[in-house]
Amino acid sequence: MPAQPPVDSGATIERLIREDWGRILAALARGLGDLQLAEDSLQDAIETAMLHWRRNGLPRAPDAWLLTTARRRAIDQIRRRANLAAKLPDLAYLSALEAADAADAAAPDGVAGPVPDKRLEMIFTCCHPALEEKTRIALTLRTLGGLTTEEIAAAFLDKPGAMGQRLTRAKTKIAKAGIPYKIPEPEDLGERLDGVMRVIYLIFNEGYRANAGDALTRVELSDEAIRLARIMVGLLPKEAELRGLLALLLLHDARRHTREDGSGGFVPLEHQDRKRWDRGRIGEGRSALIGLPLNGPYQIQAAISAQHVAAAAWADTDWPAISRLYAQLEQHEPNPVVRINRAVALTYTGDLAAASALLGKVAGAGGIETYQPFYVARSLLWRRQGNRAKAMADLDRAIELTRSPPERRFLIAKRTDLLRN
Amino acid sequence: MQYMCLIYSTEGTGPQPGTDDWGPFMQGYMDFTQQVKDEGKFIAGDALQPVATATTLAIRDGKTETVDGPFAETKEQLGGYYLLDCVYLDEALKYDAMIPTAEHGRIEVRPIIVFDA
Repeated sequence: MPAQPPVDSGATIERLIREDWGRILAALARGLGDLQLAEDSLQDAIETAMLHWRRNGLPRAPDAWLLTTARRRAIDQIRRRANLAAKLPDLAYLSALEAADAADAAAPDGVAGPVPDKRLEMIFTCCHPALEEKTRIALTLRTLGGLTTEEIAAAFLDKPGAMGQRLTRAKTKIAKAGIPYKIPEPEDLGERLDGVMRVIYLIFNEGYRANAGDALTRVELSDEAIRLARIMVGLLPKEAELRGLLALLLLHDARRHTREDGSGGFVPLEHQDRKRWDRGRIGEGRSALIGLPLNGPYQIQAAISAQHVAAAAWADTDWPAISRLYAQLEQHEPNPVVRINRAVALTYTGDLAAASALLGKVAGAGGIETYQPFYVARSLLWRRQGNRAKAMADLDRAIELTRSPPERRFLIAKRTDLLRN
Repeated sequence: MQYMCLIYSTEGTGPQPGTDDWGPFMQGYMDFTQQVKDEGKFIAGDALQPVATATTLAIRDGKTETVDGPFAETKEQLGGYYLLDCVYLDEALKYDAMIPTAEHGRIEVRPIIVFDA
């Protein structure tokens, strides 16, 4: 690593630590086998670093410096515990740790070589199916993302105390139940990777479904999800679905700022200001999709999104291509949500008979009577078929089912439009 | 690590003695037991008499109280267990998925605390 210039601001240090947090914690936790101890030791090391680095400038390899310092903290802790209650497993840890520390000390300036990247092992631990889904999300944000317990609690609209307890329970279960820090066996990898991708996707969605009041924290969650997806693609570059997921998040995020008008109103795709879409995100999202086989749901959804951002105007949207992609998605996820989207795309292509047949199929599904998008889609179809009365009835039902005020306003505007034309 | 795999099901559900399903079901248990023995994972494993034979004991204020029946009246009852020696939870879960009762009941996995001598 090249020599670092001296640092004058705490912000630089904080950013650096934030970037390295997941990698250092993963390396430390794997060595210690105790996530709580790893976290506490790293937190201590960071406090020490803040003092030292501000005074003396950055060390040659700040990440290795932190790992070495944190490991020494952990050794102290385990020694103290061992003195209290001569616990054999702790002593076994201790000798392994001391060996690692001796190796650090033998290095030219007393710190370890490059920090090994154990983040992949760590994310599989955090997203283990033996943990509750919400816990998986929170733990991933804490360990890989380096978000504080308070930040995670705010994202979930939870109390920090409750979130802290959830994280502590999870770390205890990982240690006591023997949830491993390892990459799953090849035969389990596909399923476990699906679980990891779902966690990243849910983190993104938390951020994407921004509400006026808490928009700030949630926006950061979208960025965090993209960062995690990038890390995962870097670690497993051959996984097509991972690249599809990254592309999907980038392409969705590119439109984020245009989904809301200045006063918190919801702006549908149709009326979004396409000039304000984030070209950087779009470029990165589209290049992530290049060469992918489109053989999984994230890739296909990303391809649909790519079609939307490729159209210069709503009227230029390539609906035949989009309805074909939805048909492909339906193969993977044969559920009403996908069928409704496909029916909407078919309606826009003008193939009203196919759209009608599809919605007829969906109409029988359980719970559809309270599913708002179904009524929005059917109302659109009725309108295209020239049946204004039925279009109105479905739109009214959709409005009745909508809780979000901006979306309600949008549908009411549609209703006014329907009355006039 | 040692994992206690507790086998729960509603008594009277699943394959019953005297039916065609019973033979293959029991064979499944024999095969599973043999497999965990062959693979060096087996420490112990037993089936329990029905819950009607359960007695629950507690000492309160120095007095022994016994109750006829299980600790909690739930639909699903503990019917048997395996004590397995596995490296990680993942391995224990893999074996649990092979326990025939998992098809209609549930397996609860609990790590064993090992006390140092």
